[in-house]
Amino acid sequence: MRQGTIQNKESFLNNIAEKLGRERKTSGVERPSYQKQPQWDIMADYTTDQLVDVLKEQCTAIHTDVRETNIDGLAAVIDNVMKEYGAEKASIWDDPRFVEYGLAPFVERPDVNIWGSAPDEDDIKITEQADVGITFSDYTLAESGTVVLMNGGGKGQSVSLLPTYYIALIPLSTIVPRMSQVNKKIHEEAKAGHRVPSCINFISGPSNSADIELNLVVGVHGPVRACYILIDDR
Amino acid sequence: MPMKIGERSFESRVNKGLDDSYMRETVREAQGRLHTNKAKAEEDLGQWEEWRTLSEEIRSHTLENLDFYLEQLSENVVKNGGHVFFAQTAEEANEYVKEVAAKKEANKIIKSKSMVTEEISMNDALERAGCEVIESDLGEYILQIDDHDPPSHIVAPALHKNKEQIRETFERLKGYDKTSKPEELTQFAREQLRQEFLEADIGITGCNFAVAESGSVALVTNEGNARLATTIPKTQISVMGMERIVPTWEELDVLVSMLCRSAVGQKLTSYVTGLSGPREEGDLDGPEEFHLVIVDNGRSNILGTAFQSALHCIRCAACINVCPIYRHVGGHSYGSIYPGPIGAVLSPLLEGYEDHKDLPYASSLCAACTDACPVKIPLHELLIEHRKVIAEKEKKTSIGERYAMKGFGLAASSPGLFQMAAKTAPYMLSPFSKDGFIEKGPGPLSGWTDVRSFPAPEKERFRDWFKNRKKEDS
Repeated sequence: MRQGTIQNKESFLNNIAEKLGRERKTSGVERPSYQKQPQWDIMADYTTDQLVDVLKEQCTAIHTDVRETNIDGLAAVIDNVMKEYGAEKASIWDDPRFVEYGLAPFVERPDVNIWGSAPDEDDIKITEQADVGITFSDYTLAESGTVVLMNGGGKGQSVSLLPTYYIALIPLSTIVPRMSQVNKKIHEEAKAGHRVPSCINFISGPSNSADIELNLVVGVHGPVRACYILIDDR
Repeated sequence: MPMKIGERSFESRVNKGLDDSYMRETVREAQGRLHTNKAKAEEDLGQWEEWRTLSEEIRSHTLENLDFYLEQLSENVVKNGGHVFFAQTAEEANEYVKEVAAKKEANKIIKSKSMVTEEISMNDALERAGCEVIESDLGEYILQIDDHDPPSHIVAPALHKNKEQIRETFERLKGYDKTSKPEELTQFAREQLRQEFLEADIGITGCNFAVAESGSVALVTNEGNARLATTIPKTQISVMGMERIVPTWEELDVLVSMLCRSAVGQKLTSYVTGLSGPREEGDLDGPEEFHLVIVDNGRSNILGTAFQSALHCIRCAACINVCPIYRHVGGHSYGSIYPGPIGAVLSPLLEGYEDHKDLPYASSLCAACTDACPVKIPLHELLIEHRKVIAEKEKKTSIGERYAMKGFGLAASSPGLFQMAAKTAPYMLSPFSKDGFIEKGPGPLSGWTDVRSFPAPEKERFRDWFKNRKKEDS
């Protein structure tokens, strides 16, 4: 892979060391063993069912619709939500989970664009015109009602962003208490020398803004409405 | 725009703020709501003080080892295929960004909200170089089309404007023909900006936190504009203040948790995005080229001084949202893009006392800011420290105050003079007194008596009263 460039590093960092009143530190810095680590106490002993309850309650706070189903019922639920939203054209990830979760017939529909399948790399344009973007969740945070997307390759970051609506498919096996559990995993990957995905999204509901008189308006630059479909895959 | 806003004096800015009853009402309501939301978020989270202790520990460890972590960050960005430019000054940063824009033959640049690019006047520099620069954060967009009105709050930049003013601006400059409903105004901005995103050659973002261990930039937003700016344009430039860095994703978790709660009372904002370099092979979106500009612009001068903890700031604005002074005078009165308590601490450090010497006095020292700070910056103590520097080293206090202090010093060091002063005070002030109160005080006293009465000195001094009382008792 092509390497990038760095400019002005030495003078810049030497100046910092000088202002801190010591020699440059180029190695041997360890993170302290932090005195307090309250993040690990949160929902530490919760069962999946308890985490689902927390997630569902949080979804009301973040203006996100929730549907619950199992693998057999999933295709019908997606259909219903799309009808309710008035959505016809969909853009989805190129992700084997669609077939694993029984959605092969859905994927083959003509108004469903699989990321990466458009001629002339026109996926951004097609996705921008789609009514709804659909992705699976890679991890799901109960506390904040967040789906975590590890984008890359067939998992285009545009799918969860450009269409008018967004549907996240959430297998219950992806639910963890909060960001701490996911970030620990990413940290371990980085520590092992692996490159982390070039784009990781933590998405909590539809886009919104309170920039006009602090009035919350749902739907700004990203999707204007979001639905989480919880799939019992136990 | 530079950090400093306008040329008017502090006093005239404050008077303008005090006269703006709409702005004062909005700010009061906003403070109330943001404060309530934060309090609820603290309670829901639990163990708030432990979280603060941890956050402070993370920030001070990182700043103490800043050279190490910045080096690690830059090496990892390069490994990911990105470019890093260390900019000592605002000019160096702007030159570099202009160079990238020229190389890419960029006409249109879309920006998501970034305080550091405001601080270094990057938009001006790019516009002078012939680029069209479009702000995409709703608040920033409103300010930009309204003839570059400066921001008045670091999280909600257009807080000083009401929806009617915004409707009028949209109508006058963008041909908007709907009502002043926030929903309709927002929908209009969405439509206007979506096309710009699709056409933009470069996306420029700030950086809430860089992550050293993976060469990542984390962006925290609700609108999704930072995502658009980093998904569609072929080139991405992120600009960060050099202190906005964490060692690993584990610290990122803690500080993002604190930032979202302290800024707006959310558990997480709608979008928290971790970006690590340009797109990888096989990716069909995201930037093909990634540049990270790391800006000093005066920050290193704060390292190793009594003010170092000011660099711990995570720009949540919690201090602004509890400040009684901000409530009354509003953001523009501070004359800096960084208002409120943290602005009063940072502005003189970054731009010098000359333009910002009044700010450390724009505080009642009630310490609400210090209590609100999620990373425990002792803000009110730093304001006192500033006052010390201004009086003792910079000699920038007013002549009247210096003479008064000298006079007091002289009188207080001699019992005879002190007694005489105390005895004569009632007589000196008697022309101004009426029924035991002074309503129109002379000189420095007028600042007080313009708005309320000042009790006139008692004729009988405490020492005399005490002596007489003893006599009566015996």
